[in-house]
Amino acid sequence: MSERYLPLSAVSPGEQAEITSLNTLPPMRRRLLELGLIPGTAVRCLFRGPSGDPAAFSVRGTVIALRNRDSRTITVRRLPERRQEDAEIF
Amino acid sequence: MQKSSDRLPVIALAGSPNVGKSTLFNALTGMKQHTGNWTGKTVSTAAGQYQSSTFSCTLTDLPGAYSLCPQSAEEEGARDFLCSGKADAVIIVCSAAALEQTLRLALQIREFTGRAAVCVNLMDEAEKAGIRLDLSKVEKELGIPVTGVCARKKEGLETLMQAAESVLSRDDAPLQIRYLPAIENALSLLEPVLKPRLNGALPSRWTALRLLEGDAANLPIIDAVRKDPAVKTALFKAERYLEEQGLSGETLKDRITSCLVLHAEEICCEAVKNPGCPRSRNADRLLTGKWTAFPLMLLLLALVLWLTIAGANVPSQLLGTLLFRMETWLRAGMMRLSAPEWLTGALVDGGFHVLALVVSVMLPPMAIFFPLFTLLEDLGVLPRIAFNLDHCFQKACACGKQSLTMLMGLGCNAVGVTGARIIDSPRERLLAILTNAFVPCNGRFPTLLLLIGVFFTGRLNGAPLKTALLLTGVIVLGIWMTFLVSRILSRTLLRGMPSAFTLELPPYRCPQAGKILIRSILDRTLSVLGRAAAVAAPAGIIIWAMTKISIGGVSLLAHCAGFLDPAARLFGMDGAILLAFLLGSPANEIVFPIILMIYTAAGSLPEIGGLPEIRSLLLLNGWTGITAACTMLFSLMHWPCSTTLLTIRKETGSLKWTALAAVIPTIAGLLVCFLTAQIGCFFL
Repeated sequence: MSERYLPLSAVSPGEQAEITSLNTLPPMRRRLLELGLIPGTAVRCLFRGPSGDPAAFSVRGTVIALRNRDSRTITVRRLPERRQEDAEIF
Repeated sequence: MQKSSDRLPVIALAGSPNVGKSTLFNALTGMKQHTGNWTGKTVSTAAGQYQSSTFSCTLTDLPGAYSLCPQSAEEEGARDFLCSGKADAVIIVCSAAALEQTLRLALQIREFTGRAAVCVNLMDEAEKAGIRLDLSKVEKELGIPVTGVCARKKEGLETLMQAAESVLSRDDAPLQIRYLPAIENALSLLEPVLKPRLNGALPSRWTALRLLEGDAANLPIIDAVRKDPAVKTALFKAERYLEEQGLSGETLKDRITSCLVLHAEEICCEAVKNPGCPRSRNADRLLTGKWTAFPLMLLLLALVLWLTIAGANVPSQLLGTLLFRMETWLRAGMMRLSAPEWLTGALVDGGFHVLALVVSVMLPPMAIFFPLFTLLEDLGVLPRIAFNLDHCFQKACACGKQSLTMLMGLGCNAVGVTGARIIDSPRERLLAILTNAFVPCNGRFPTLLLLIGVFFTGRLNGAPLKTALLLTGVIVLGIWMTFLVSRILSRTLLRGMPSAFTLELPPYRCPQAGKILIRSILDRTLSVLGRAAAVAAPAGIIIWAMTKISIGGVSLLAHCAGFLDPAARLFGMDGAILLAFLLGSPANEIVFPIILMIYTAAGSLPEIGGLPEIRSLLLLNGWTGITAACTMLFSLMHWPCSTTLLTIRKETGSLKWTALAAVIPTIAGLLVCFLTAQIGCFFL
């Protein structure tokens, strides 16, 4: 069961995950929450930079780039892939 | 919020970054404030007047803020303005294409005041993306007027301002957002105690929330009220209660923020009828792909440089011819007025001549570069560049947005320094400011291009592709030095860890070509030109004086060159070159002309002749390939021009950092030149 929980930084482009908890320290913590990254939110990793860091995530209709050092502090669980049409509306 | 009947009402424009707030401001006030398609453009409050047949007011454009809980000085400025009561009403600008995200700030502001109106901008973009909105639902939930607007096309603006006018006379009744029952109970313990003590100065529920969060919001009223014994007791009781419920400290703040986010989601569930079709990912995949990102960015850089160089050639010559003709008229005019010889010399041969030179060399490239830059800005390419380069900057303990200040610095270092305001963290902002001089500005291009032409390509105004490539190489060296110096500074003078960094990647937008041209020329090019002209004319007079004043039959200029010569030789240059750099501090464009002037012992700055003349002149004065290399390296890495230094002083408010901004590139330049000279001597 615990294999299903992973840091957001480990989510690959194209994959979808749901936020379960945040271990981020303030003040970044507050900013992440305000950007919509609250527990229960579904995020999708869209693409990564040429060096793999930062990564762009689709969160509640907007695209936010986060560094690995910050996305590492967000715990998520992988979501099963939805139908292709649904999945693209991000 | 109070209303004074003597002056015009003040309406603040607030909103998240990238909702088109500045476009709206421009459309409403007719002012030419700079806008751009990436987060972090408006960096200080701008005020303008709105006038219609029935209603006039002062509009204040606040910096974009994601939240009233600030993460940067700009966001704090926005929050302070809103909470200070300076504004009689607020227009909260949201984006129709990103309603949920932009509604969060609207909820926060709505919690504070009832004198607000929502403007949902970018309706055209939403329509293109297939998004359908029912704004009446939003209006119902928020209890304030909500107007759909397209600022670009100036649609819906009248309705918006009518709504704004109507809220001015409203009751200031803030919205009550529902929180968790435990939080509600805690609030009910605090509110009754706060209400009589605040006496209408601030909303009691909002103040209670801030007290529970431990945030004084820079308001002395909250500090004062917090010291009141009755408030202290009530606060203690409320905190105790929340602790029992498992909500204290960070958890409490989390819950409060989450409630707001979920409330925005609820509203959008009702209001967004059709979420629209997905954005195309192809452009992003190319621009940020593992193998394509850097080549594409380099290609883009080379293209911009090539267009700037090739395009500026003819206009520069034409402008130069025109201005130098004006000079002869001026001289004739002064003679007719029987002006003394020295006055004509100082003003015309000195001041005007240098001014003409600077303007003719500086204006055309900038008039091409800045519009190109603005084009990239409007398109939305710039955040992707910051995204790609962030990793490199992380390693230097800096911020990806520094890549954008560097790009601005290519046009003009002073613009790059002002642009550093897009960086939130003060430490990283300083890093960007201190290292901006490592990127050669348009003013240094002539020197670099001339030397490339004389020593490396053999043609002066031809071979634009090869020239652009070599120039790109020099710039890449400057960029590499920026990384190195940022890294060193992060370990020594500006120690610290990389800051909290989030970057929004907005959708690509179709740029408005005509407006770009006007805006960028007016905003950036002409203002920089004005500053440069202001320093170029006096500098010209000083240089002229130095050629005229003789000591022992030799001009002061030659004396100084001779004095500096031994030291300059150590660094692969000669006294004339070093003196030229020193005298060229006001404007880098005149460095090479000064060198030529010293060599030819001319009375004023000569026009740049043809390639063979320049080459023979340089060789005659002992130039070798090493000299050219060292001069180019020193041109890349030396103290910033006086305009930039003044700008740094203004931005940092500190003489210490301004001095360091001058010293650091100079030391780097001297070191590199020294090494090059020694290695060169060894091998040749």
